[in-house]
Amino acid sequence: MGSWRLNDKKSAIEVEKAGLSRDMALIREARDRAAFARLFGHFAPRIKGFLIKSGTEPSVAEDCAQDVMVTVWKKAHLFDPARASVATWVFTIARNRRIDLARREKRPEPEDLGWGPEPDQTQDETLVMQQDSDRLGTALAALPDAQRLLIEQCYFGELSHRDIADVTGLPLGTIKSRIRLALDKLRHAMGSTP
Amino acid sequence: MTIKHHLTESLLMGYAAGSLPEAFNLVVASHVSLCDDCRAAVESYEALGGAVLDDAQVAMAEDGLADCLARLETAEAEVETAPPAPRSANRAASLPAPLRDYVGGDIDAIRWRPVGGGVKQAILPTSKSASARLLFIPAGSAVPDHGHRGVELTMVLQGAFADATDRFARGDVEIADEDLEHTPIADIGADCICLAATDAPLRFRSLIPRLLQPFLKI
Repeated sequence: MGSWRLNDKKSAIEVEKAGLSRDMALIREARDRAAFARLFGHFAPRIKGFLIKSGTEPSVAEDCAQDVMVTVWKKAHLFDPARASVATWVFTIARNRRIDLARREKRPEPEDLGWGPEPDQTQDETLVMQQDSDRLGTALAALPDAQRLLIEQCYFGELSHRDIADVTGLPLGTIKSRIRLALDKLRHAMGSTP
Repeated sequence: MTIKHHLTESLLMGYAAGSLPEAFNLVVASHVSLCDDCRAAVESYEALGGAVLDDAQVAMAEDGLADCLARLETAEAEVETAPPAPRSANRAASLPAPLRDYVGGDIDAIRWRPVGGGVKQAILPTSKSASARLLFIPAGSAVPDHGHRGVELTMVLQGAFADATDRFARGDVEIADEDLEHTPIADIGADCICLAATDAPLRFRSLIPRLLQPFLKI
């Protein structure tokens, strides 16, 4: 019956992750504070942990985690569920806050491709992005501790000498080609070729 | 445009993770602006960052949510609802958008300083952990006595140059280390403009082995 329990637990996680996208949409469309409170419950402890593991003082990390969540509220209209999962997007905001905090420097961002949330975007794209993201999370969680720590060290500011995809076999290549296809499609839709 | 010389996975991941010095971030952001493959790689490493967050949980203070909700009230006035003015995919511009931000305009806004032999440079304002500058090499000229301290990334923005290792055109990045003695020579057809970033030898030392990894195949 072990596998039944596992599936049960897995579907609970899937329900929670699907809820994050829905809550993001509620914030964007309706400035929904209850949805924000749910996102806060999920992400604020993760952001705080990320900042502490990156060397930030706990009291500063608490304050900055709140900053990041306020930024999520303010910039909700920029979130595009066809391009990134909520977790990915929140990570980039937390990362930029950490760079600003630790080094007081700008982070140069690539040129925009001139897209934003598309009114007619298909549910499929959003779903595929979320599924990719879930699959990556599952694959990361399933890694042996030593390999998972290796990856985490790269994100908590310590550097690694290894090629993560090779060492761990994470499905980064698949995700990369999927994003590449999406970029091709968008460029095609915009009528420009690279 | 076909880009032949890309960034290494280490640099792309370092950019996504936020562990590179500002000058290197500028090279990555500029290259990614022109290269869909590397953009896709950065976005996939950002997705991995999102997954890593799951393993870093520290409970918030008891009144954390209440504090934050109170801050939303004051933040409400600053809520942005319209997308920002697009920092254009301006195909007519020669400099990618992140570089235009540092220069304060396109190529005609660069404030060049002569460094000899017709070669000119413009230092860009970045944090001190690494430095970034634009280089102007007249068509057919060589860069005079070009020593490296630490790791140097050179991205071509206009024209092309060649050295003993290969030829580098718009969008290409050459990754050089202390051991690479090279004399880049600009193509005869057009003046060559590059963005070059170098880390200071005493800082970010641990980056060096990572950047060398693709060469050493370790």
